[in-house]
Amino acid sequence: MTRRPPLAILVLAGLALLLLIVPVVGLLERAPWSQLGHELSEPEVRKAIGLSLVTSLSAAALALLLGAPLAWVLARVDFRGKTAVRALALLPLVLPPVVGGVALLFALGRNGLVGSWLAHLGITLPFTTGGAIVAELFVALPFAVITVEAGVRALDGRLEEAAATLGAGQWLTLRRVVLPALAPSLAAAAALCWARALGEFGATITFAGNLPGRTQTLPLAVYLELQQRPGVAILLSLVLLALSIAVLFLLRGRWLSPRRA
Amino acid sequence: MARLGPVVVAVALLASACSTGGTRRQVTVFAAASLGDAFKAMAKPFADAHDNYGVTYNFAGSQQLVAQVQQGAEADALATADQATMASVPAKDRSGAPAVFARNRLVIAVARGNPKRVQAVGDLARPDLKVVLAAPAVPAGKYANQSLTKAGVKVSPVSLEDNVEAVVTKVGLGEADAGVAYATDATAARNVDTVQIPDAYNVIAEYPAVGLNTGSQRAGGQQFVDFLRSPSGQAILRRFGFLPPK
Repeated sequence: MTRRPPLAILVLAGLALLLLIVPVVGLLERAPWSQLGHELSEPEVRKAIGLSLVTSLSAAALALLLGAPLAWVLARVDFRGKTAVRALALLPLVLPPVVGGVALLFALGRNGLVGSWLAHLGITLPFTTGGAIVAELFVALPFAVITVEAGVRALDGRLEEAAATLGAGQWLTLRRVVLPALAPSLAAAAALCWARALGEFGATITFAGNLPGRTQTLPLAVYLELQQRPGVAILLSLVLLALSIAVLFLLRGRWLSPRRA
Repeated sequence: MARLGPVVVAVALLASACSTGGTRRQVTVFAAASLGDAFKAMAKPFADAHDNYGVTYNFAGSQQLVAQVQQGAEADALATADQATMASVPAKDRSGAPAVFARNRLVIAVARGNPKRVQAVGDLARPDLKVVLAAPAVPAGKYANQSLTKAGVKVSPVSLEDNVEAVVTKVGLGEADAGVAYATDATAARNVDTVQIPDAYNVIAEYPAVGLNTGSQRAGGQQFVDFLRSPSGQAILRRFGFLPPK
């Protein structure tokens, strides 16, 4: 039998729920449903959606490619300064994104620490789609690291030992044993990274600037269209809302039921 | 009951913080980003001239400010960087008619020493230059487009920044080679030199201000608007490179 929870807790929980629901309802209530098809076909809208898909998927892929090995090292290798490395890997999670953007500008900008060196190689990041991807990668990376690290820790080390006993080399073990076992973590990490990259605003506008079709991703377009054409801003917000719901759907097994870790 | 003690104290503190808010009443002024430095310098003289009032600012792009007012933000006065944006404030939210209190002109901002040798508006079309403009949604961007159209120059910007100060910042950091900004912003920035845009191609920005009904200090808002046009307000605006209203 479940005991009836105290009234005060129910009231506060209800308030929390209200705070989550009201903004979404507000957005849906103001949505120009009748013009949806017409405005979705506008070139600026399509450009922003297309660019956001390209940059966020690239950033999520890169975050996995770089974050998973770092997660593996943090989970499996003992070394001095590990706590510091982990803190560093999580820094973008707590850092205001605009500060990340400023830092990226000083590091990778044309006159930056690394950027001036990149410029000699003919690579420029500020004001380019590549720059937008780097900004999104920066903020998404921690999600790959924490999610995959937890996955690696949960791995049964005996499986790898067994594979080694059977004569499998390191690469074969990685491909046939470790990666399949990590698949759920990698999928969750990909979804989280993608969601974070898709929503990135501060670092992108600061580091990559804002040019339709090149660096103006969906959140930037929402912000600027709100000043000029609120209807379009609402429409783009709905697109982001739909994509966010899609991410929650992808994560449903992992997050929406509390028992599975 | 004893457990509720801290909660009661916290609620009481919150309530008192809301009702008094210190000895001075705070006038909330929404102002265009380009007014930032001059308005900050005005805070003390305004407060000195009006014993009852202090001033709190919210600086952002003019369109953003109007959107905030329309969505019910509490503000006592509004100063925008153009008349068109001001005109979009609903009459019921304004306590009077907007009046122009300052003007500003456009210049080309370049890195200190002008290393890329930008001489005239026409140079902005050079393919070797990275040019940043303000987005067309903000007045500075709209004026820049008008100016470039008048000069018959077609520019392919690398970025349309969301406010005019970001344009100057990108030039000052050396990430962009040139940008079109207000004379006031470019003059205030340390690492930036300016190239004049001739009057024939220039667009003079007019800054209107108005008192609002949407805040709690309606009278204070009107006093701030009046202060802008007073001799001491005008002297401060002049010091930051603004032109007097016509």
